[in-house]
Amino acid sequence: MKARLAITALVALLIFCAGYAALFIAPDEATMHAIQRIFYFHVASWNAMFCAFFVAFYASVAYLVTGKRKWDALGVSGVEVGVICCTIGLITGPLWARPVWGIWWTWDAKLTSTFILWLLFIAYLLLRGLVEDPEKKASLSAIFAIFASLDIPLVYLANRLWRTQHPQPVIAGGQGSGLDPVMSKVLLLCLFAIFCVMILVLVDRYRLELLRNEAAELKFEIESRGLDAAEGATTPALQKGGL
Amino acid sequence: MTTARAAAIVLGKELRLEFRTRELLTATVIFALVVVVLFSFAFDPTAAESRRYGPGLLWIAFLFAGSLMLNPSFAREQNNETLDALRMAPISSFAILLGKILANLIFMSLAELVLVPVFAVLYNLSLAGIVWRLILVLVLGTLGLTVTGTVFSAVSAHARMRELLLPLLLLPLLTPLLIAAVESTAGLFAEQPALDRTWLAFLAGFDIVFLTASWLLCDHLLEE
Repeated sequence: MKARLAITALVALLIFCAGYAALFIAPDEATMHAIQRIFYFHVASWNAMFCAFFVAFYASVAYLVTGKRKWDALGVSGVEVGVICCTIGLITGPLWARPVWGIWWTWDAKLTSTFILWLLFIAYLLLRGLVEDPEKKASLSAIFAIFASLDIPLVYLANRLWRTQHPQPVIAGGQGSGLDPVMSKVLLLCLFAIFCVMILVLVDRYRLELLRNEAAELKFEIESRGLDAAEGATTPALQKGGL
Repeated sequence: MTTARAAAIVLGKELRLEFRTRELLTATVIFALVVVVLFSFAFDPTAAESRRYGPGLLWIAFLFAGSLMLNPSFAREQNNETLDALRMAPISSFAILLGKILANLIFMSLAELVLVPVFAVLYNLSLAGIVWRLILVLVLGTLGLTVTGTVFSAVSAHARMRELLLPLLLLPLLTPLLIAAVESTAGLFAEQPALDRTWLAFLAGFDIVFLTASWLLCDHLLEE
């Protein structure tokens, strides 16, 4: 418990430092000025989202291979945290785009792909809510998560072939790309900070799911024992009555 | 029994079941027609505009109709608990899935066979000279739709509100297919009809990816 508190405090400190660095230490961007600073969190939340969805994909495959419930718990945690990161990215993106591009939203390859990604994993959460049987819920949602993950590269490829407007990758994106050294250090710090927040929330969500599973099992056991006890109580009485 | 033979038997059963009433086919065709007609009210396209928007509309109608038509594929088995009987048969679960995919492919293709000429008449598009290439695009696109749709029909069959859930699961997943199918159909309806090989390869790739995934996952999909 103490260790967890310490880790949470550490991550809180880290995110504070990252926020400070992004707002005050990073140099002003030449054309976009202060608006550009949202980029440190926008990129970092995408990065965290991809990690979370990768965890979900891996856990879904592992669940189908091993059949262990803990993988299902990890899968749903990964999707939930990924959807949150995705939502943050989808909100910070338009906030930046409005002053820079002059529009809130455009049907560009990256934007559209992410929107579809968001819709797919919202559908995953809906599916889980609508299936009663826990075993079925686990295996069907794992199958859906795998299909959705396979779809993501296809969505991106299709949109890429179709049209694109998003800024090209600034890091390792070919000629003319590259960041100011201070900027890239701040970005790295932000990437790491948001990643740690994501992992922290993911681990807590995973624990919560395990506890929920345990609670559901215990409840089921109590109910079945309660029925046994009730039957045990009534049967002798019936026998007596019969005698 | 080989998988192919078993799948053929499941396919035969699906066809027999459908052609007793033909209710699914009729409903699908009528539904797609309603979408096509509503579109003309909503946008009132001129001849040039129909050429531009027509392919998109056609595929939207197919996708919506498919997401409704594919629902009974497993829901019907669920209602009568006949899926347990099917599973007890000494055949692989992929044979069951494949039989159903093929049956749905045939149903969808039959519906398209009626819809495409009607659509061409209503929107003044000429099919002359592009029939075979159009059929190729339709088959590849419809295969992708039926593979994913049949798998998700088995998924949503276990859920509450399954009629609503299936389109929610299926339609976002089909966006790459929609883009590729619309782009290649638009190429055929253009002034100079041409088939874009990139999009055709993309459609084939989509089919292969999800057919393989269904083959790998079908045991988990149909287990009790």
